[in-house]
Parts: sequence; C-alpha cells; structure tokens
Amino acid sequence: MSRLPFYLIVGFLLVIGIAMTAHRHLQFEIPWLPGEQRQVWEVEAMVTYNADDGPVAVDFALPSHQQGFRVLTENTASSGYGLAYQADEYGRRANWTIRDASGEQQLYYSAQLLVAPESQAGKQTPPELAATTPWERPYDTAANQVIERAWSRSANNATFARELILDINGEQQGENARLLLTQFDSTELIVRLLQQADVKARAVSGLVLKDGRRRQTLSSWLQVFSQDEKQWWLFNPATGERGKQDNLLLWEAGGQAVLEVEGGSDSRVTFSMLTHSQPAAAAVRNHLSDDTLLNFSIHSLPLEEQALFQTILLIPIGALVVVFLRVLVGVKTSGTFMPVLIALAFIQTTLITGLLGFLMVVAVGLVIRNYLSYLNLLLVARVSAVIITVIAIISIFSVIAYRMGLNAGLTITFFPMIILSWTIERMSILWEEEGPKEVLIQGGGSLMTAVIVYLAMNNPVVRHITFNFLGVQLILMALILLLGNYTGYRLLELRRFKPITDDESGV
Amino acid sequence: MSWLKNWTWPSRLRDRGIIGMNRRNIRYIGQYNDRRLYPLVDDKLQTKLLAQTHGVTTPALIGTVTTQFGVKHIGSMLEDCQGFVVKPAKGSGGKGILVIDKVSADGFFKPSGARLTLTDIERHVSNILSGLYSLGGSPDVAVVETLINFEDSLMAYTYEGVPDIRVIVFKGYPVMAMMRLSTAASDGKANLHQGAVGVGIDMASGHALRGVQFDRPCHRHPDTQHDLASLVVPQWDTLLNLAASCYEMTGLGYLGTDMVLDREDGPMLLELNARPGLAIQMTNGEGLRRRLDMVEHQPDGASPEERVAFSQHHFARQSELVEQPEPADA
Repeated sequence: MSRLPFYLIVGFLLVIGIAMTAHRHLQFEIPWLPGEQRQVWEVEAMVTYNADDGPVAVDFALPSHQQGFRVLTENTASSGYGLAYQADEYGRRANWTIRDASGEQQLYYSAQLLVAPESQAGKQTPPELAATTPWERPYDTAANQVIERAWSRSANNATFARELILDINGEQQGENARLLLTQFDSTELIVRLLQQADVKARAVSGLVLKDGRRRQTLSSWLQVFSQDEKQWWLFNPATGERGKQDNLLLWEAGGQAVLEVEGGSDSRVTFSMLTHSQPAAAAVRNHLSDDTLLNFSIHSLPLEEQALFQTILLIPIGALVVVFLRVLVGVKTSGTFMPVLIALAFIQTTLITGLLGFLMVVAVGLVIRNYLSYLNLLLVARVSAVIITVIAIISIFSVIAYRMGLNAGLTITFFPMIILSWTIERMSILWEEEGPKEVLIQGGGSLMTAVIVYLAMNNPVVRHITFNFLGVQLILMALILLLGNYTGYRLLELRRFKPITDDESGV
Repeated sequence: MSWLKNWTWPSRLRDRGIIGMNRRNIRYIGQYNDRRLYPLVDDKLQTKLLAQTHGVTTPALIGTVTTQFGVKHIGSMLEDCQGFVVKPAKGSGGKGILVIDKVSADGFFKPSGARLTLTDIERHVSNILSGLYSLGGSPDVAVVETLINFEDSLMAYTYEGVPDIRVIVFKGYPVMAMMRLSTAASDGKANLHQGAVGVGIDMASGHALRGVQFDRPCHRHPDTQHDLASLVVPQWDTLLNLAASCYEMTGLGYLGTDMVLDREDGPMLLELNARPGLAIQMTNGEGLRRRLDMVEHQPDGASPEERVAFSQHHFARQSELVEQPEPADA
C-alpha cells in the first residue's frame, strides 16, 4: 500500500500553511510575538475654507501605503457633506460635496498610520512627460544655460537633479537662477527644468511627523524617476539630498494638487499629529481589510464574532495536544476530547477555580450517581437524572460562592454540563467495574490532559499565532495527520514492556 | 537515576520485536481487519450463530433477552439452570459479564460466594439492554449461556473463574497463545490488568512457557500455589485448529480468539476480538513482530491444518519455568 498520496497531502498542507503564514507576516507586518510594540501615528488634517453661498466640491489628497508607513484606519468628520473616496494611479483622494454652504467651513480627516519599516509603496509607474511649455524671453536663455551647466557636471538623472537643485537653491546659485526665481516657485521651477531635459520629475507634498505638533503644513519635495531602477527618487528641494527621512510622510505622492476647492475661497489645510505605541496585536486589528482571498482574515468580522473565533481557532491546538498525549505518551483519558472541553471551561473560570469546581462537581456527582445506581434505572433516564443533578450542584455552588462573596465561584456555570454528566457516568461505571484505582488513573489522566491543553490554549503566544495566522491551522492539520501515521512506541509503553527486556540480562 | 530503572529504551523493545499500540492499530488492525466485518465479532450473539453454522463449538445458548419487557421472564428462563453466564452481546473488555455458578433456594451465587437475588439479575440484564456495557452506549441484547464445566486438569491452576486461552490468529496462522488464570485479585475474571495470571503457552506443545501477574514474572498461582511449570493445555492441536478456522469464519486478518476447555466437549470458542491486546507479549516474554513478519511472507490459500502445522513448527519455544520444589510452608 503506497503512502505516497498521504505524504503528498501532508506536504501540500505544510507548504500552503507555511506560505500563508509567511505571507501574513511579510505582507501585513503581523509580528510573530504578541508583546511587540508598534509605533502608531495619529494624524489629523483640518481643511478650512470660506464658502461662497452655493454648491461646494472639495477634493483632498489622502496618504496611501508607502515606504515606512501603513495606513491602518481613517475617519472623517464633516457633518452635512457627502463623502466619497477615490483612488487612481496618482493616489487616493477624498471628495466632499455639499449643495449649499456659506461662511467658514471646517472638514476633518484623521488617519492612523503604523510605522512599518519594511513597508513598500505599491507598483510605481513612470508618468508621461508633460508637454513642455515654451519659456518667454529672456527666461528661455537662462533656463537653457542652467540646464546645460548642471548637465555637464552630472552623470545621470540623479546627479543631474542634485546639481540642478544646488544651482537653483544652493550655494552655486548663479544669476540665471536668480532671474528665474523672480518668476517661478523654486520646486515648480526645478520640475519644469528637469522635464525640459527629458527627465521625468514631479513635485510631491510631504508631512514631517513630530510628536505633539499642531498647525503643521505640508512641505514640497521633489521626485525624480530613475530610468535604471524603475522607481522614484525623492529629493529635498532645498538641499539636494536624496532619500526619505524616516519621519517624512508623503501625503500626496502623485504630483497632483493637495487641495482643490470648487465654490469656495481662502482654502488651506493644517495638520496636527501625535504618536503612541500600541501592542502589535491591536495594530493588526486596525488594519484596513482589503478583502482579497489571500488576506482572508478573521479580522474582517465584527468584534463579537472575532472573539468567538479566537476560541474556536484554539480548539485544533487542544486536539493536537490530546493526539500527542495519547499517541506519543499513551495517557488514558475518560472520553477522547472531554479534556479539551474542560480546558475551554478553564479558560473562562481560570485554572484554580476551574480545577476546584470540576473536582467538587464530579465528587458530589459521583456520590449521587452511586445512589442512582441502586434505583435500577434505564441508562438514558439515569444520565438525564445525572444532568439535572449536575445543574443542581452547579446552582448550589454558585449561590454559596456568591453568598460568601466569592465571585470567582460564579464562573462554574461555564462548565459543559452534559459533558460533566457523561464524565460522572463513565467514572461511576469505571469505579464499579475496575475499582477506584482505575478511576484515579483515567480521571487524573483526563485532568492532567485538560490542564496541559489549558496551558497551551491560554498561552498568549499561541493565542496570538492561531488568531492571526490562519495558515497555522493547515500546519496543525498536517502535524495531526503525521501523528496519526506513527507506528512507534508510546512513552508509557517503554515502562509497560520493561519486564520483557529484563530477563535477558537477569537469566 | 533510580526513577529511570522502570523504563527501557525503544531500541531494546524493537530488538525483542515488541509491538506497541500504535503499530498494532495502524499496521495490523487497520490493514487486515475490514471495518464492516467488526459486527461479527463485536456482537457475541452473531459470533455464536456464525460459529454454529461453521461447526465451531461454543457454549450452549440458554436464551437471549432483547426487550426490557423480556427482563421479567429471565426468572423462568433460568429455572432449571445450575450455572449460567449473562453477558452483553456487544460488551468489550469483559465488562458486564455476570457468572453464576450455583443456584439454590437462597438465590444466585457468584464464584466468589457473593449472593444475588433475582432482582439483582434482572437489574443487570436491564442495564445490559439499555447499553451500559456496550460500545458507544447503544442498546444491546443480553445473552445467557450455560456455564462451562471446565477441564479438571486445569482446576488447580485457577481461582473461582474459568481459565481461558487466548490465541492470536494472524492471516489464519495461530501466532501466539496464552492462558489467563483468574485469581482472588481479579475477582474470578480473566482480565490481566485486574490481576489475573497470564501464562504464555508454547505453540508446539501447549506447555506453559512463563507466568506473569501484574506484568511481573511469577512461577506459581498466587492463590492455589500450584506450580505453573506443570501446566499443559490438553487437546492442544484441536484447540489450535479451532482457532485457525476462525479466520475463514470471520475473514478478519488480525484476530484474538478466546477459547475454553470443556470437560465433555473439549475446546470451545468463547468469543472473538478484533482488537486483541498486547499483554500476550508480556506473558510469552517475546514480541509478536517477528512471528507476524514471518506469517506476512507466507502465501495465501493454505488450509487451517497446514497453517497450524506451520505455526507449531516455527513458533516452538522452550519453557523458562523449571519445576519448583514445593514451598516448605505450603
């Protein structure tokens, strides 16, 4: 009988599981450990303008995922306005519209941005070269001379841009540059000169993030497209330095206007910001859910269902522990997966309260069940009677605990009552047939398994990983399949069969 | 490292050919026992009827109780019996088997001397019907059989209960055998984990090889003090042939057959087990692995007689037991 299909399935599950897990980690920055702190920036933009008593359309650029930052959540406050988000190749924009507005208007937009050093901007496409507008005299000569001067001192697009910036804004500023600057804004001028030299360039707007700052404005930055590396280089238009500072957030990165107001005047935008650290898990939860298949995530569900899934996704861990303990160790339990259910109850009750509650309910239940066996009842009726007994015991314990001021006692109601009843029934039969020793072995085995399962399921790392990486479920599946194929000895068999190996040396 | 002295290494077990639970479940039970054949052995009533059609001797059936209504008639069913056994048709591990070896006006007596009333027996039967002892708690049928008048020569080796002989039959070849002797500790039951003595039996001759109680070697029956070395199973060849023919009867490749020896009728099939335990390795002081490997290499289609001859030839062993002098205080 070939085992090849079996190993293929296991291998397939492992590969898919690991790939999904790695994808979640790399693509969404979800850390392996729950304790990691992530820095999050809260940035609020306030758009103000004076409305002209009529319909108004406000078009405002929004930040996107980019190098160093990832947008977690965004909110707007703009009562009475219609709002639509748009996204195109130049970036995302918000459109506020209103039929009738007058006087000073304020619109708010706030975003949570996760500091993510590994984050990269999306695919970068080179823009079409803008049609060059002809210079008026005498600026055309000045422009040509500036370009030629910088061109001769440079080797490629990057150095050309640097030289040009230094010629316009830096120490090498000549009279040609001064002449041009009388007519044009410096960043705008540099872009125009670069484009005239067939270098694709654009001016973008960035926000320098500093904790606790208010009334900040955007600054201009220069982007030059590198033909070799097929990506945009960022230049500081004042110094000619290349590269992006870590605290620079590109608010508008498409070379478009940041704010356009139709039907209003005197528009401006100011920013306030603050930073705080938060556990990575919380940062993960705030991820915007892009509902692609690969990003299939529990986090797109409402919070209440998420909490439910957090428990459900732990059950395979419990199953793995049970399989491990039974197949590799050989622990005897009463009811195969009863320990998992008891462990789930322990999660609600906490361990000590849970253990005490479990032992009390089972002990009292066994005494009462012992009496029921004298009544000569049919099985179903007897188990039903035990169920009612268990409910009565739990109620009485809860009331007593409450009267004594022990609120922890109330959590005893989390125990699965049907399972407890069957446990009592089985233990009772075991006691009658095999004696109390076997009850202790199986009961102890079950309880020990339940505690180990509880410790595994209640571990913050395990909870974090099972909840955030669904691929882990496939890995667990593969592991359980592999364990199901194990034909070696169980740990306890090394003790059981020990006497056989003795007489070899003894006789 | 004193706590390690009760443990051994996997390699040493492997050297002795010991089979673990996992290997038994996957390699033998999973591979050779077709799931749909299980009901034949899990239901003792079916096994009994099947055995009758195949001419395999089993203890005589007194009657069955299939409904709670029928429980009331158990008294009349048992009227003329001197000894009987009540067992659940789908019980496992000897659970729910009630042995009554004496019936008098005072009531029913277990081999231990404990007295039961008719009401106790009715309660027991009712429990059986409601599925208390059956696998998965499903409703069951109570089977009442005659008590076996077991062979006198074996009387000395047992306390209260009937000594039964377990033969593992693999692909029709008897591969290993042991006798289970009930003791005071096991309450007359022949379950090794409850304290019965297991005695490995030589496949060739039916002689005792070695005795084990609670997994530790023993040379005498703990209650009767009888020396185990002198134990020989009578009609051994007949018994092996009976065991081997269970393969044709059920079609199960890895089978545990439980036999008893009756004074008049000789070897009888008591029940079959599709998941026989591994304790037989302890009582024989040898693992099953080599014998099973050997049988796996045999071609199919041999007759039961040929298979028995093969096993008797290849699995013959020398007894470890030496004749013990009578203890001075006995």
